[in-house]
Amino acid sequence: MSQTEQLSYIAGQAADARLNLELETDGMVINLGPQHPATHGTLRLVARLEGEEVVEAEPIMGYMHRGYEKLAEVRTYLQVTALINRIDWLGSFANEVPFILGAEQLMEIEVPDRARWIRTLLFELSRIANISLFLGEMGLQLGAVTPAFFAFRDREFVLNQIEQVTGGRFHPNFDRIGGLKDDLPAGWIAETKSVMKRMRTFCDEIEDLLVGNEVFETRMRGIGVIPAEVGLSYGLSGANIRASGVDWDLRRDEPVGLVYDQLDWKVWTHPDGDSFARYWVRVQEVREATKMVEQILDGLPSGPIMAKVPRIIKVPKGEAYIQTENPLGAMGYYIISKGDLTPFRLKIRSASFNNISITPWLLKGTLVPDIITILGSLYFILGDIDR
Amino acid sequence: MSIFAIELAFWQQTIIKMVVVAAVIPAAALVLGYVFLLKMMSFMQSRLGPMEAGPHGTLQLLADGLKFLQKEDIFPDKADRRLFALAPVVVLVSTFLLFVALPVSPEGIVARLDTGIFYALAVSSLSVVGIMIAGWSSANKYALMGSLRAAGQLIAYELPLVLAVVGVVIQAGTLDLQGIVLAQANGEIFGWGAIGNPFILTQFVGFAIFLTAVQAELTQPPFDMPVAESEIVGGYQVEYTGFRFLFFFMAEFGTAFVFAGLASVLFLGGWYFPGFDT
Repeated sequence: MSQTEQLSYIAGQAADARLNLELETDGMVINLGPQHPATHGTLRLVARLEGEEVVEAEPIMGYMHRGYEKLAEVRTYLQVTALINRIDWLGSFANEVPFILGAEQLMEIEVPDRARWIRTLLFELSRIANISLFLGEMGLQLGAVTPAFFAFRDREFVLNQIEQVTGGRFHPNFDRIGGLKDDLPAGWIAETKSVMKRMRTFCDEIEDLLVGNEVFETRMRGIGVIPAEVGLSYGLSGANIRASGVDWDLRRDEPVGLVYDQLDWKVWTHPDGDSFARYWVRVQEVREATKMVEQILDGLPSGPIMAKVPRIIKVPKGEAYIQTENPLGAMGYYIISKGDLTPFRLKIRSASFNNISITPWLLKGTLVPDIITILGSLYFILGDIDR
Repeated sequence: MSIFAIELAFWQQTIIKMVVVAAVIPAAALVLGYVFLLKMMSFMQSRLGPMEAGPHGTLQLLADGLKFLQKEDIFPDKADRRLFALAPVVVLVSTFLLFVALPVSPEGIVARLDTGIFYALAVSSLSVVGIMIAGWSSANKYALMGSLRAAGQLIAYELPLVLAVVGVVIQAGTLDLQGIVLAQANGEIFGWGAIGNPFILTQFVGFAIFLTAVQAELTQPPFDMPVAESEIVGGYQVEYTGFRFLFFFMAEFGTAFVFAGLASVLFLGGWYFPGFDT
């Protein structure tokens, strides 16, 4: 091969390379959020698309970080409950319980029976208030507006009941170390029973509207399948992991301080692990919770609602980690106390933070409409991610 | 035009027709928008909907329209300004052109065309062009995705729409919309001609397909992928505000009105009412 031939060959190769470089197309990078209706809050999702297919997606959080762990270090134990109410703002009472349980464990306080029962009661009520909204919201994500209005309408009855007891619709701030602030008001029990009946009707209504709906099913079934072992390795909890067929529920497995072991109920699982399974499990959970509330109302023991607690609460030196099965999944507080008025360090393990950590894995290879389905069915609350 | 028993010059007729069409399309959009978008949806969702503006909120959309007119006319920074301004007009023009072929009485038709239904289906596709222009010129990724989805969907559902109409055309033996109405008016059901022969009796499958395809053409739920509020936040409309957005809104509901008119002309006998002479 002569030198001119060589040179022309090289020039040809270079021209080809240039041409390929020019013709090569990059995927489109789309930025969902922080202000986007599907991220219900300020989650940001950066997705690289190839047409409508997601090549990779990454959730970016922290737009609503409020620094509760640090703030808790300069607040007394009573004041901390006001903060942690705002973590999962739809099921607020459930946030207080594990923290108070942890403090009580450190102080070695024996909580009266009635207080434990009412705690469990309010815990389940906040679960109903939280998840029933999800049941409607999921329809809204897929374009069905009506279920969302039904959910808002019927959730209000549950919130009314919570408000009658605690004085707060959204943020009860009702749990105290050693028991509860107040007892139940008169006439509340009968009213709550009728509300529970209403919530069961709501579940039936939602099932009629959505679960049997063909559009809903085609958009949910087989979308965002999480195999059990993958879900476990990402630390998923709550209905998200139960929908993958893992029979795991802290209410049954670690009933610390609450009275779930004295109730007759069932842990619902679904073998599929797709978005539809997650939705279905949550519908069943609301039903099961209404039944639990009715059992608690029937079996409520009498007695005091507050143990003997010193006027100024100083938690003795030590460490405690308590986690409970909150509406969104396992929520835990790691409390380190040095014997002061305030916790020395408080680590909050919130469910949504772990639940959305699976999104990069899950969104790979899905389509843009499925992003919404998957994010919606994973059901996170921004306050629970960012704390 | 002799409905008022007055003979008018061509230019006078034309002006009257233009005024009527220009009045009917916004009015139709208002009525359909009020009845279906505001009230029917509200009652389904256990709420009342607008109640303040006018009796039972009847003037709500008028108030909204006034609000849209007062809004600032915003062009996105990177937008192609001319195309951005052109797109809503193209979409609205397609609605106006559709109206031309719709017969509302023996004489009440803007232009009687021999290929009436063919023309109507052809100009209804024009809106796709407007939507594509809107999506591209907005310089917005959501708008682009929405417009591409709209193009895909609208073209895909054009085919069942046309095929549903073909049955009627074969039975009537004409493409002329006026002729299709007359064919139904003069038809007989097994020799019994009291109510004519509405084509829905023989073409009920076509009627169902027509309504479904129209729903998709109008990007109404469950075919609302192009504007999916929860994922691409309104699709090609995402960057539009003020009266340009109003144009899209009017075009959507105006087209809904015209398609409803076409469905009644094709399948339900049009303006013909049994007992009245044609």
